[in-house]
Amino acid sequence: MELHMENLCKAYDGKPVLENVTFTAEPGVTCVMAPSGAGKTTLLRILLGLERPDSGTVFPTGVHWSAVFQEDRLLEHLDAMENLRFVLGSALDEPAANVLLTELGLGDTAGKPVREFSGGMKRRLALVRALLAPSDALALDEPFTGLDGENRTRCQACVRRAAEQKPVLLVTHDPADAKSLGAAIIKL
Amino acid sequence: MKKNTAQNSIRPWAVLFWLLVWQGASMALSALWPNGHLLLASPISAALRLGELALTAAFWRAVGGSIAHIFGGFLVGCVLAAVLAALSARWRLVRELLYPLTAAVKAVPVVSFIILALVWLDSRSLPLFISALMVFPPVYLNVLAGIAAADTKLLEMAKVFRVPLGRRLTGIYLPAVLPYFRSAVSLALGLCWKAGAAAEVIGLPSGTIGERLYTAKVYFQTPDLFAWTAVIVAVSVLFEKLFLALVDALAGKAGL
Repeated sequence: MELHMENLCKAYDGKPVLENVTFTAEPGVTCVMAPSGAGKTTLLRILLGLERPDSGTVFPTGVHWSAVFQEDRLLEHLDAMENLRFVLGSALDEPAANVLLTELGLGDTAGKPVREFSGGMKRRLALVRALLAPSDALALDEPFTGLDGENRTRCQACVRRAAEQKPVLLVTHDPADAKSLGAAIIKL
Repeated sequence: MKKNTAQNSIRPWAVLFWLLVWQGASMALSALWPNGHLLLASPISAALRLGELALTAAFWRAVGGSIAHIFGGFLVGCVLAAVLAALSARWRLVRELLYPLTAAVKAVPVVSFIILALVWLDSRSLPLFISALMVFPPVYLNVLAGIAAADTKLLEMAKVFRVPLGRRLTGIYLPAVLPYFRSAVSLALGLCWKAGAAAEVIGLPSGTIGERLYTAKVYFQTPDLFAWTAVIVAVSVLFEKLFLALVDALAGKAGL
């Protein structure tokens, strides 16, 4: 599946944030790069259906996204598996979830509420959630922030695998992430 | 929020001091007038009378009758307030429609509602109605505030992942609402027992604490008056503790 964005515009209080953004995201990783405040997160919010563009179109419509947000957005009082169950419900494949949690170093966290996780652990759990949720496309907003070298490499391997099946839109300001994922680069 | 324990806690020595003042005042009145003890029964005579009453079946029937009416009204008010708060959070029209009602219930003296309701309702339904009415504004307003305080970022996440409403309610809204609901319940239970007892005294439903209070007043039985008042305070505090423990257990079960 390809995702087409044509002439997307968005302004807040008359101040333009996105101006005529046009690109196509093909299966694989597409990396959106721009300096801070250039509208990367706004672009993702529009794609996720959380904001409406002032003008422009996204095609096809009705795409089911899963996402890693700029913040982790986890239920802090629940443990890792309960967070996954909250999103996936009966669709959660627990053995598959355990494999992925273990791969990303979260295999021994059963019963531990997320509020007791480190920043890096929360980030990895947010990525696991996005990878396991059934979706047509994946939106990742700075997903590797706060991860050390080894965990960053493991997470990138998981994203690379996901990108073999669906378009992955990655927002980052780190060119090394785009390079290691072999991503197509879009500069805003 | 930290409690100011110096201001809020009840010190045993302070309670003892006021009991001694009460006992002293009662003894002074009895010494000045032959029937002075009728004007102000001593705490000892009130306690002894409470002990006597507690041994009778009629006492427990009256306590049970009042609990059924007043706590029943509390539960009805809570459920109604929570449901309407949820509807108000969803639709602004409902919120705007209910705003004058809650403002009126908060502003109008409870005795006006009691007298008015006595025209419409039989005396047995009156305490239930009045209790529900008193509980409604604090629970409604606090639950509404709790829903508004739900984490919008988590709600956005749930929207993106297409999480069903049931799981959003238990996972996001319930943790946000519970602390607000808890403080509302703490306030509302005290209010509904005071208002419910007043409704019983005015409406005089048979076999209730209010009816016994009224009888004590008519026959100048001040020890009974104090004994029944102590029962109302004790039952009110007991129900507050029990209900808050239930809310806390629910929160604990949800991992909050």
